[in-house]
Amino acid sequence: MSTHVAETVVDYDDVVARFDPVLGLEVHVELGTVTKMFCGCPTEFGAAPNTQVCPVCLGLPGALPAVNAVAVESAIRIGLALHCSIAEWCRFARKNYFYPDMPKNFQTSQYDEPIAFDGYLDVEVETDEGMRTFRIEIERAHMEEDTGKTSHQGGATGRIHGADYSLVDYNRAGIPLIEIVTKPVPDTGKYAPEVARAYVTALRELLRGLGVSDVKMEQGSLRCDANVSLRLTSSDPLGTRTETKNVNSLRSVERAVRYEMTRQAAVLDSGARVVQETRHWHEDTGVTTSGREKSDAEDYRYFPEPDLVPIAPSREWVEELRAALPENPAVRQTRLKGAWGISDFEMASVVNAGALDLVEDTVALGSDQGAARKWWTGELARIANEQGVELQDLPITATDVARVEALVGAGALNDKLARQVIEGVLAGEGTPDEVVASRGLAVVSDDGPLLAAIDDALAAAPDVAEKIRGGKVAAAGAIVGAVMKATRGQADAARVRALLLERLDVTED
Amino acid sequence: MADTPSITRDDVAHLARLARIDLPPESLDHYAEQLGVILGAVAQVSEVATADVPPTSHPLPLVNVFREDVVRPSLTNSEALSGAPSVESERFRVPRILDEE
Repeated sequence: MSTHVAETVVDYDDVVARFDPVLGLEVHVELGTVTKMFCGCPTEFGAAPNTQVCPVCLGLPGALPAVNAVAVESAIRIGLALHCSIAEWCRFARKNYFYPDMPKNFQTSQYDEPIAFDGYLDVEVETDEGMRTFRIEIERAHMEEDTGKTSHQGGATGRIHGADYSLVDYNRAGIPLIEIVTKPVPDTGKYAPEVARAYVTALRELLRGLGVSDVKMEQGSLRCDANVSLRLTSSDPLGTRTETKNVNSLRSVERAVRYEMTRQAAVLDSGARVVQETRHWHEDTGVTTSGREKSDAEDYRYFPEPDLVPIAPSREWVEELRAALPENPAVRQTRLKGAWGISDFEMASVVNAGALDLVEDTVALGSDQGAARKWWTGELARIANEQGVELQDLPITATDVARVEALVGAGALNDKLARQVIEGVLAGEGTPDEVVASRGLAVVSDDGPLLAAIDDALAAAPDVAEKIRGGKVAAAGAIVGAVMKATRGQADAARVRALLLERLDVTED
Repeated sequence: MADTPSITRDDVAHLARLARIDLPPESLDHYAEQLGVILGAVAQVSEVATADVPPTSHPLPLVNVFREDVVRPSLTNSEALSGAPSVESERFRVPRILDEE
């Protein structure tokens, strides 16, 4: 739909040779609470428009908000998992602005008193010198509420003649959000895009592990704004940053940061200044375009929310929540790395593909760790990437993959057939066993048809047959290949080879 | 008397813009003066607020008033939209806002 063309950009290698990038990442996570932040309306995704609304979230006069206890608890748990300090006392604030996505004309948020502050998250990125840990410092994590959804009609697109207006659905307005803001992240150099992606990936894993959100980027329950600035050297003051919004996948985080670096370098090279502004990422064209400039129109006139009393989490409560935190993702990764006997790099591939839970589940169901990793970080990750969805949202489960692997282990499927079964499961043809049955994908284990196919293949290539008889066992591959082709891949290649050599009375070297 | 915050003509213009109030330029001085008087009245509070009285936003000594995460009935779509000046496709219809995508 978008037709945005790229502005002038500088070659990436040239950018990192001459500039020092600084990142800043803001992640909004929608909590998985049953009800909204300040009222008892449900938070289910996909309900009919304006059916999960009430006087509070519609901002009707006289309505009084009340804070969701689970949302506060989740906010504290997120803060603790990020090694943050938890405020002893904090307030909500009104962020005033006029935009129809909030019917109150303000968003209830936190301003200078976030519930959690000063933490960090360590992420691992592959560098030329091997795996390197980057510590991302967390500035704050604060509570706020989501906005309604506006859809714009007519206007520039001209689809509706003369129409120029927006339609608003407030079902999402008031759903609890936690905004997690990093401090400026320096010293990532040419790895800035990868560090940004690794951070969002690690944060997503952490949030998923806490069970506080379904962290679905494509449904907007995890959203990332990427701030990027350039300076000449790491000792210079920070350059002017842009804030890129609409970055809705892990891959986009990396691409958007990379694009902004190349665009800003071109701006600076031309002698101009980078404009401090909001930019929009366009997934289809891979560019960002200018949104609104930050200006005094963004004077939000924050003031303490008079309708909500302060929050003062007792130290006992905080310690109780800390003690009940699930295993830290870094600790868990170290544990699984040892259990599976894999390298840092292999573990990072699993984590960065967002496949840790899936691989662990698949292994728990009896699969070999290598096979489980191969499926989830290889074929399936590639398909998810192509379709622009998260791995766990592919219509295939750990149970399916474990079943396919079990069939491979039992000799009922070979690699090629296993791939077809996976394809069938993804296409909605049912469980692996159903796909095997409906597509007729069992390995031909009866030697009769195999021997017939071997004879045909030998007859078709007498010269090859002669070579093999003469002791050139390596030439057997051509015959095995022909048999596999003739049986449409449904033979066990090792079995075919054994039968072939037996037939020709030749032994392996 | 403590310092009375002053309010300038430019402050009034800025606030009016933020509040989407269309004030004629010739009225700015008039409102600056009126708002100055109001601020001066409020500033009298600081005369009695000594250093040991912290600023406060909430008159009641209450914290941690929470609600259980339990669903309460929402309005129906038609109830929700009943006060809307304009409605389309079960949504609130509003004028287009500048700088939208």
